Amino acid sequence: MLLWTRRSRVLLWAVFAVLFTAIVLAPLLMIVLASVAGNWTGLLPGALTGSHFARALSGETFASLSVSIQTGVIASLVSVLLGTWAALASQSAPSKLRKAVDTLFHLPIAVPSVVLGLAMLVAFSRPPLAFNGTRWIVLLGHVMILLPFSYSTVSAAIARMDPLLAQAAASLGASPVRVLLRVRLPVLLPSISASASLALAMSMGELGATMMLYPPDWRTLPASIFALTDRGQVFLASASTVLLLAVTLAGVVILGLARGRAAQR
Amino acid sequence: MTGLALTAVAAPARRREKRPGHGWLLLPPVLVLLGFFGYPLVLVVLQSLESKTGEFGLSVWLDVLGSAEFRDAAWKTVALALGATAGCVVLGTFLALVIAFVPFPGARTLSRLVDTVLAFPSFLIALAFTFIYGSAGILGAGGFLYSPFGILLAEITFYTPFVMRPALAAFGQVSSAQMEVAASLGAKPGRVLRQVILPEALPSLASGACLTMLLAMNEFGIVLFLGAKDVTTLPMLVYGKGIVTFDFPQACVIAVVNVVFSLALYGTYRRLTKGGQRAAVDQA
Repeated sequence: MLLWTRRSRVLLWAVFAVLFTAIVLAPLLMIVLASVAGNWTGLLPGALTGSHFARALSGETFASLSVSIQTGVIASLVSVLLGTWAALASQSAPSKLRKAVDTLFHLPIAVPSVVLGLAMLVAFSRPPLAFNGTRWIVLLGHVMILLPFSYSTVSAAIARMDPLLAQAAASLGASPVRVLLRVRLPVLLPSISASASLALAMSMGELGATMMLYPPDWRTLPASIFALTDRGQVFLASASTVLLLAVTLAGVVILGLARGRAAQR
Repeated sequence: MTGLALTAVAAPARRREKRPGHGWLLLPPVLVLLGFFGYPLVLVVLQSLESKTGEFGLSVWLDVLGSAEFRDAAWKTVALALGATAGCVVLGTFLALVIAFVPFPGARTLSRLVDTVLAFPSFLIALAFTFIYGSAGILGAGGFLYSPFGILLAEITFYTPFVMRPALAAFGQVSSAQMEVAASLGAKPGRVLRQVILPEALPSLASGACLTMLLAMNEFGIVLFLGAKDVTTLPMLVYGKGIVTFDFPQACVIAVVNVVFSLALYGTYRRLTKGGQRAAVDQA
């Protein structure tokens, strides 16, 4: 407790409440309200309706939601796999190589997603790999954006891991593959699953690279939400955003449950 | 990008074991990264050096760097990022201070809510702002939202939690005994704050500020969604040149400039987080 008098504390809390509401609560509340608003001219929506959600769950936006989910799941899986692989392999590499790889795998963080999108457009619109205009370029873009975060989450967990565990298993005669499968990966499982939730959340909300890359038949939900906003259909856009958040949250919760189970074992 | 704040939890000192090298195992992931990240970036640099007639040289660079459009965008990008960072540091530090040192029932839940907000896409804020501050919004603020200040406010709103999180972590490590000793010796709250709390939290606050600046500079969703006519930032310019007018060489020049800015900030961020970790270890 920094402040001792009751009056100063209450005053401080009042200021806090106003600022916190404006910064964290109001935006969320607005989106949720707008997603069920029939019309909105005053302080509160004039009528409540579920029709925006019904429309968001049909036709184009629903197709986009499905694209987003597929993209999110595939890109997260691939990035977690590659990131975990790189983090595990770099640990047994010579120290100079390890440092170089560590820097290399962190670099994509410093590249804005729009620039990554542009780079992929430039590189993959020409031979030898001309897959611009297909869904694969979106998936690859997402993987490249997620990869540094998957790598960094898992490699931080490896740094915290007790090396004695793996050493004990190896000294008892377990082969490196067996040590990996029976000791290291189980110990790392919670952080691998944490990196998967992070990757899923990031992929579902990704906008910069996707706007540069998406072909007409593979438009993710954030890109569709932008198109809706651009056409002035803000209520439908809000309903789609709420849907996007709900699906993301559900995915993260499911991964969290899996994590809890793994920790219990 | 948002993931940076979530993965930026300080890792404790490593205990290293000596084992024979198996560098070749790294080959598959490194090849993927080089092929789908390194190779495209190299092509961007090459493309930026290629003029419309196909000659190799700096002509596109000179064109772009001399254009008022680019200079205006570069200036707006830096100014917005600086402004947003300053706003976030002030607000985020204040909010974290209250949660950490003048707690109230439910403060923990709020700090968990902050963690959740970090994972949200930034366009959510822009969309919400159209309902609050837009021309038909509840505050009826008219054109404010589509001015640079609207974007600034949206960025501050979105990025404040990115400062709050490291600030909360740092404030949690300030020993309450130290604060109580200072207070019992007669230091007023303001002095305890200035001489005990803030010096200890400074490295975390600095790296949080650096991260916010990096993210705000590369912000795309907010600027795109608000669609302010006279506010173009570097990422928006890259998007406009690349997708709207298909002028790839110019887009590449702007992209390279953007990456250089961003790498400089990221380098500073990495150095700050490492320094912060070392300081924490030294004190332990």
